[in-house]
Amino acid sequence: MFQSLQQRRWLLVCLWVLIVAAIVAAPAILPVFRLNLLGRFLSLAIVALGIDLIWGFTGLLSLGQGIFFALGGYAAAMYLQLSNAGDLPNGIPEFFGLYGVKELPFFWHPFASPWFTLVAIWLIPGVLAGVLGGLVFRNRIKGVYFSILTQAALLVFYNFFNGQQKLINGTNGLQTPATKLFGQYVGSDLMQRWFFWVTAVVVILIWALLRWVVRGRFGDVLIAIRDDEPRLRFAGYNPTLFKTLVFGLAGALAGIGGALYTVQSGSASPQFMEVPMSIDMVIWVAVGGRGTLVGAILGAVVINFAKSLVSEALPESWLFIQGGLFILVVTALPEGVIGWFRGEGPGNWLNRLGYCLNILGNWLIRWGNALIRQSTAFPWLNSLGINTLGNWLIGWGHALNSVGIVRRIGTYPRLELEGQVEVQP
Amino acid sequence: MQLLFESLFNGVAIGSVLLMAALGLAIVFGLMGVINLAHGELIMLGAYTTYVVQLIFKLPALQPLYNCYVLVAIPLAFVVSGVVGILLERTVIRRLYGSPLETLLATWGVSLILQQFVRSVPMAYAAGLILALVSGFGLPLLLPSGWFAGARARLIRLGSWAFSAFLGVCLAGGLASQIDRIARADARNVDVTAPQWMRGGLEMADMTFPVPRLVIIVMTVMAVVGVSWFLNRSVWGMRIRAVTQNRSMSDCLGIPTETVDVLTFGIGSGLAGVAGVAVSLLGSVGPNVGGSYIVGCFMVVVLGGVGNLYGTVLASFAIGVLTDLIGAGRLLSVWPDMPAPLASAVEFFATTSMAQVMVFALIVVFLQFRPAGLFPQKGRMVEA
Repeated sequence: MFQSLQQRRWLLVCLWVLIVAAIVAAPAILPVFRLNLLGRFLSLAIVALGIDLIWGFTGLLSLGQGIFFALGGYAAAMYLQLSNAGDLPNGIPEFFGLYGVKELPFFWHPFASPWFTLVAIWLIPGVLAGVLGGLVFRNRIKGVYFSILTQAALLVFYNFFNGQQKLINGTNGLQTPATKLFGQYVGSDLMQRWFFWVTAVVVILIWALLRWVVRGRFGDVLIAIRDDEPRLRFAGYNPTLFKTLVFGLAGALAGIGGALYTVQSGSASPQFMEVPMSIDMVIWVAVGGRGTLVGAILGAVVINFAKSLVSEALPESWLFIQGGLFILVVTALPEGVIGWFRGEGPGNWLNRLGYCLNILGNWLIRWGNALIRQSTAFPWLNSLGINTLGNWLIGWGHALNSVGIVRRIGTYPRLELEGQVEVQP
Repeated sequence: MQLLFESLFNGVAIGSVLLMAALGLAIVFGLMGVINLAHGELIMLGAYTTYVVQLIFKLPALQPLYNCYVLVAIPLAFVVSGVVGILLERTVIRRLYGSPLETLLATWGVSLILQQFVRSVPMAYAAGLILALVSGFGLPLLLPSGWFAGARARLIRLGSWAFSAFLGVCLAGGLASQIDRIARADARNVDVTAPQWMRGGLEMADMTFPVPRLVIIVMTVMAVVGVSWFLNRSVWGMRIRAVTQNRSMSDCLGIPTETVDVLTFGIGSGLAGVAGVAVSLLGSVGPNVGGSYIVGCFMVVVLGGVGNLYGTVLASFAIGVLTDLIGAGRLLSVWPDMPAPLASAVEFFATTSMAQVMVFALIVVFLQFRPAGLFPQKGRMVEA
């Protein structure tokens, strides 16, 4: 289904027009609350894209993306806090007063500059991810051990950020809605609408960037690392370098996602670094389809929407559903929903459905023909309208047959019509 | 000297809880290569079992025996967690052997379900359900195998399940009618009160040892000795080790590998339940209690070296002592006149959570030098 979609260029163009139209029109259609949620989920999709890059393509399962997500968020929140600190007592953000801090901690100073912040949002998480990753990859720690170490790192950062009231307001985090940007409150509807548009555009840009990355030679190396690292090493490549680079890139993406999420959710807090959050991020990719970029985006957006809808209706049942979903996806759909669509999935099912319809159609045609034959042998049957019934059955049989043909290019056997039309008057 | 002992005792106490929690994980992860993120929830189940047992022993009929409820709770917790673990192995993990990252995700899903299960199912009914499961799986093993030959097998199987369901319903109904506090779902944390003899401290040479800590240390020692005896001396332990080393060869030599898998996972999970008893003696128990132990457990296993019991023991005590050393700022009391910047750094890390930060950072640094932990598994394969 998707393959034929790709072949038809104009369909693709239509799809893009639809997407752009949806993005432009979304603020008019969706209520403010839902729009805000959609914007948040799109920023989570950026993180998911990063995870897809390192896990789906490179085979590194990181359970610590929350670190980089939170760092990006904190960078954005610190700039916003400082940008209108002029109105505040002492010229420093308000919460410092609670802990008796009189002077701005040193590392806050650069965040007064918008340009520095715009760079810091992705550079700091990216560099940190690169350094941490490099240290781990250098020792050829991989697989499960890598996952456990990233989770431990996550806990380290969580505890650290949680405990530092005097530096970054500890557990409470940094709030942004009451701060101003371009003379508007960040929490206002107008700003939120713009944030949504910015997020949507950024998601598309990053998707395009990653698509270009994974389709090139660099992407080939990543996939080679995933599939057989020793062989790649023996072929003369240095996997450590590539892994470090790609982990840094994913960290940078998480940072961007975190910054966009923070301005839309209204606060950056250590909760971004809780263990469940980071595992959830991985799950979005797993459900959507690892190794498919669209899958990561769809997974993040759809699961989060499902989560918010289900938690509104039945707050207790979401964890059951989520847990069940994980188990189902891991055991039954290891390639995720999109991977399933592209590979075995619906084509196979459509094929089977078509096959059934086909058989049913042939049956109907045969029945119809038989009836008509009988009606010619026994004229009195004609008066009962058997002929019309036969014709009607034949008509249905043909209709089912024409629905039932699903021809897929590839490994699936083509199903042909076997029913011959032999209508006798 | 006294300071040294006190510090050592605290460190060992912290370490023994960690060891207790990590022992089951070390078995499951080290021997089977399965990442069980639901391990923390199995600990939680053990802790809740202790709570229920304690409430049962508060009933008038059992009041005189209240002091020894812990002794009943330990085997029960082992069975409850073990059965849930076996169920988990049979339904989910069995399909995922050989792909540890997938087990990680699936068991995370299981852990979410277990957390919500504890929140929204009354404990009385959960107890009934577990009893029904235990007897449903256990009865066919207890009944003479001759009964299961021939045409009656299905009937007897059905009958044993019906009987189990009846048992479960009886237990659930009885508990719910007798004990109000577990008749309704409750998402709040619960507290296990230690019996009289476990409160207070033991005075010895100017020092006080809190008795619950001592009990936990004793429990841990017994668990470690028991597990190492089982793995190294018993027939089934030998089979487990054989399957760990070479699954297909063991299979060829007639070792029932599937049974070994179930057994290993059951024992690992059961140990998590026993750890839950220990955890419940230390503080209040909630649906999220497992989450606070799971990362620490994995660090113990990674630091100790996978598939090595002694590494696990050493690693957990090392982590315990270090945590106490850093978290209580002991360096300051040993060396009161250290330079000011150093002193402020020591103070900066002198809280429980910051000590954890420091210890984990140290572990990561340590792994830079010994990537495979304290006692790495020796193999002849070229690690690419």
